[in-house]
Amino acid sequence: MSGRERLARPDQSRAEPGRIEARSVAIRLGRGEKAFEAITDVSLSIAPGELVCLIGPSGCGKSTLLGALAGHIGVARGELTVDDAPVLGPHPERGIVFQHHTLFPWKSVLNNVAFGPKMRGARRKERLQRAEEILELVGLKDFTNRYPKQLSGGMQQRVEIARVLVNRPRLLLMDEPFGALDALTRIHMQELLLDIWSRVRTTIVFVTHDIDEALFLADRVLVMSHRPGRIIEELTIPFARPRSAEISVTPEFAALKHRCMTLLHTRGADALPRLEPLGIENLEA
Amino acid sequence: MARSKGSGASRWALRALSIAACLFAWQTASTLRLNLGLVTFVNVPPPTEVFQAAISFGQSSKAFDHVVSSLRRVALGFAIAAIAGVALGLAIGRSRRAADTLLPPLELLRPIPAVAWIPLAVLLFPSSEASMIYITFIGALFPILLNTIHGVENVDPRLVASAQSLGATRSAILREVILPGAAPSIVTGLAIGMGTSWFCLVTAEMISGQFGIGYYTWESYTIQNYADIIVGMILIGLLGMGSSALLRLAGALLTPWHTIGETR
Repeated sequence: MSGRERLARPDQSRAEPGRIEARSVAIRLGRGEKAFEAITDVSLSIAPGELVCLIGPSGCGKSTLLGALAGHIGVARGELTVDDAPVLGPHPERGIVFQHHTLFPWKSVLNNVAFGPKMRGARRKERLQRAEEILELVGLKDFTNRYPKQLSGGMQQRVEIARVLVNRPRLLLMDEPFGALDALTRIHMQELLLDIWSRVRTTIVFVTHDIDEALFLADRVLVMSHRPGRIIEELTIPFARPRSAEISVTPEFAALKHRCMTLLHTRGADALPRLEPLGIENLEA
Repeated sequence: MARSKGSGASRWALRALSIAACLFAWQTASTLRLNLGLVTFVNVPPPTEVFQAAISFGQSSKAFDHVVSSLRRVALGFAIAAIAGVALGLAIGRSRRAADTLLPPLELLRPIPAVAWIPLAVLLFPSSEASMIYITFIGALFPILLNTIHGVENVDPRLVASAQSLGATRSAILREVILPGAAPSIVTGLAIGMGTSWFCLVTAEMISGQFGIGYYTWESYTIQNYADIIVGMILIGLLGMGSSALLRLAGALLTPWHTIGETR
């Protein structure tokens, strides 16, 4: 974990938090006759502090699985636990970052980041101070008073990450967070994420359809099948950390990439339409 | 925003010139007692006469009472409509049960024009003051209500999901996400409601009233002070425009994030 400083966790005495267990999880989306199984029989185990990428064809249910981990979607069958407690609903210990901006447009950057502490009753002075610390970590301390729409796409995603990290979550769930960014900004954000993760150690589940991104970031890549989604392959990514972009020209990287492409291309013919992100229509239920 | 290449001053000059040209056309038509068949200016007083009438109205002892009683009625009716419209709109937009119970009667009442309410309002309220305030309330209520519902329903569900993941309770979501998210739409509803409440007020005052700009306008017609009619009309226009402008200003101050990107 290198000699770099880590933010102190409130509870160091327990076993390190952030373990995810899924046992034969199935998730149904839609209502009535239109209901269908988006995820079938997914079992996985993710260790505390691990960075796992989920890849799979469009519409395979990888975002749905992430939504279930966040607590926005209920599981139909099976068991989904974080640190042995079943996931029953959204919670600040399981923070989620989406692809498209979900910052509050009416709040300044600082107040967006201070929102989580505010919801949990932190005093104004304390929550603003914590927000400032986290913003400094993501390199945005000079932009605290801007509104989100005055920032570039990459900066907005950094604020999103800061807004989740300020809650010291056990899990950081990321749903194609860099998918809307241009190629250069995306690479920069990947490096930034790894840098942040080395300082604020938390379990990260990262959904992407970009194989290079998955291989660059992950300790482990889980490949999902065509709908109904299940995990068809697990790849351990051996590259040492800290990683640089140069690993992408190594033969090992090429072999892993080839393996992923084969898996993604042979299973299932046509891409399915995207699922409703997070099955939003289920939220009211 | 760079729609016109003209400088600010020249654009204002053009606007002033446009109003001057209208006044000149009106003055000419009235002094020549122009009769165009379909429209006739025979009995229409020219702007110069209207101007004099306005000055003498301004000096009269009743002018203040007329303006103040109209302003008070609009302020009261509008304020009640704003509170009721926003509260009902938030409830209807957020809860399916509230929508099912509250919306059907409101939808039934909505198409009824405020003028049609006047006879019933007179019967419902013992004081004519209250019946006039009620008419302005009815006029303002529906635009505010509908825009609030629209605003609430259009809040991005992902913002709500994010707030939930950050630990927000149901009431915190209403306060911190739904209300500010719907605010630009609510401000629009309030501005439209302000306009409708003015024209409903004037109608109400024409029928039952002793003071008020609407009453003054109608009284001038019955006693054939034609220049005063136009003074009344212009006053209504100015008051309505002024109150809407104040409201938009207040709205812009309350929703600074809404305009910031465009003015950069």
